[in-house]
Amino acid sequence: MKTLLPAGRWFAAMILMLVLAPVASAQEAPDAMVKRVANEVQQIVKSDPKVQAGDQQRIREVIETKLLPNFDFEKMTALAMGRNWRQATPEQQKQLIDQFRALLVRTYSGALSQYRDQVMDFKPMRGDPNATDVMVRSEVVRTGQVPVQIDYGMTKTAGGWKVADVVVGGISLVTNYRDEFNEQIKNGGIDGLIKTLSAKNQGLK
Amino acid sequence: MRRTLGLLMVAGTVALSGCATTGGGRAFDPFEPVNRAMYAVNEPIDKYFFKPVAQAYVDYVPSIVRTGISNYFNNIDDLFSAVNGLLQGKLDKAGHDMGRVMINTFPGILGLIDVASDLGIPRGNEDFGQTFGYWGIPQGPYLFLPFFGPSTVRDGTGFVLRVLWSPTTEIPNVALRNVIYGLGGVDIRAQALGATSLIDEASLDPYTFVRRAYLQRREYLVYDGSPPPPKDDE
Repeated sequence: MKTLLPAGRWFAAMILMLVLAPVASAQEAPDAMVKRVANEVQQIVKSDPKVQAGDQQRIREVIETKLLPNFDFEKMTALAMGRNWRQATPEQQKQLIDQFRALLVRTYSGALSQYRDQVMDFKPMRGDPNATDVMVRSEVVRTGQVPVQIDYGMTKTAGGWKVADVVVGGISLVTNYRDEFNEQIKNGGIDGLIKTLSAKNQGLK
Repeated sequence: MRRTLGLLMVAGTVALSGCATTGGGRAFDPFEPVNRAMYAVNEPIDKYFFKPVAQAYVDYVPSIVRTGISNYFNNIDDLFSAVNGLLQGKLDKAGHDMGRVMINTFPGILGLIDVASDLGIPRGNEDFGQTFGYWGIPQGPYLFLPFFGPSTVRDGTGFVLRVLWSPTTEIPNVALRNVIYGLGGVDIRAQALGATSLIDEASLDPYTFVRRAYLQRREYLVYDGSPPPPKDDE
């Protein structure tokens, strides 16, 4: 697709990890939860022969059963919609959540097939223990490279802590999609955005 | 001459980006129609030329050679990182980078072997664009350049300075110099192979996606990993 500036060398690795960053629920502490799920997924990816062979069905299964239960897609979609979220009808909101979820699953499936061995370091969590939104910080270490910081924006729900954003090397997934969503809504309204999302998902099947 | 040109550009950047807005919010992209046209021009060139070349490079050149080539360019990046660390008063970063350059240039044979990383000396990852940002110069208009990809007036100026002042320009043999420039391009493109196909899969409009990701990343780097929180309602 496009060539990138030298600064873009990091940028490129970032995008890759943005979708690679594996994540994680229950009433455990948010950082413990992320760490557990990240390790679980890493183990599966490293040891499952079907995943290693690039079996898309198996990869999607791992994502559906291991990763997705730990995401709060409603919050994620609402954040990515920004002020447009309140303008959407409940029916539109439901479709948006479904389509956004499907898009992320497909992207993650593609990314997991490119997974390479990585060492993850989790940093001690700072901040208010009673907060309902916290950041869990981690770092991926690669020899000879600047470590890549991966932060998980966590939100407290009735079902435990859930991931509401992933920030890789400063690139927030939610912020990135907010621009994309805004642009689609400006051109074709909320229904236009739903149409684009579902067309994208159909095309990727 | 090159030095003077470089300094003129610094002055120009300060003047040009001075009138721009900064920070989170909307992407500042007054040249969007031109940028999109450049993006469209770049797409087929990349698809039918740069990408296949980079793929062939990965497929046919042994990884030890490719690592050496990446290390050579990283070493030059580290040299500029040291300079920019100093320009921002980040002395420990600058010290690490200077140490890296000394170690990698001499025992590491002109940067081909990254001895410093094996010794655990971290890379500072600073550049001119970040130095401008540190001193309060805003990004200025977003630019998409064919061959080079996403940039801004500020970062683009930094990039040109880096190219003008690179030690590679001192190599007297023109052919060799051009080969090194070529390899630099292939090296960067090869490292981006996985990422670029993911951008196509993940994005509704790759242009907007790349733009926001680029701007977020640069903001993050200027603030050394803790940028002010973005405004939530944009």
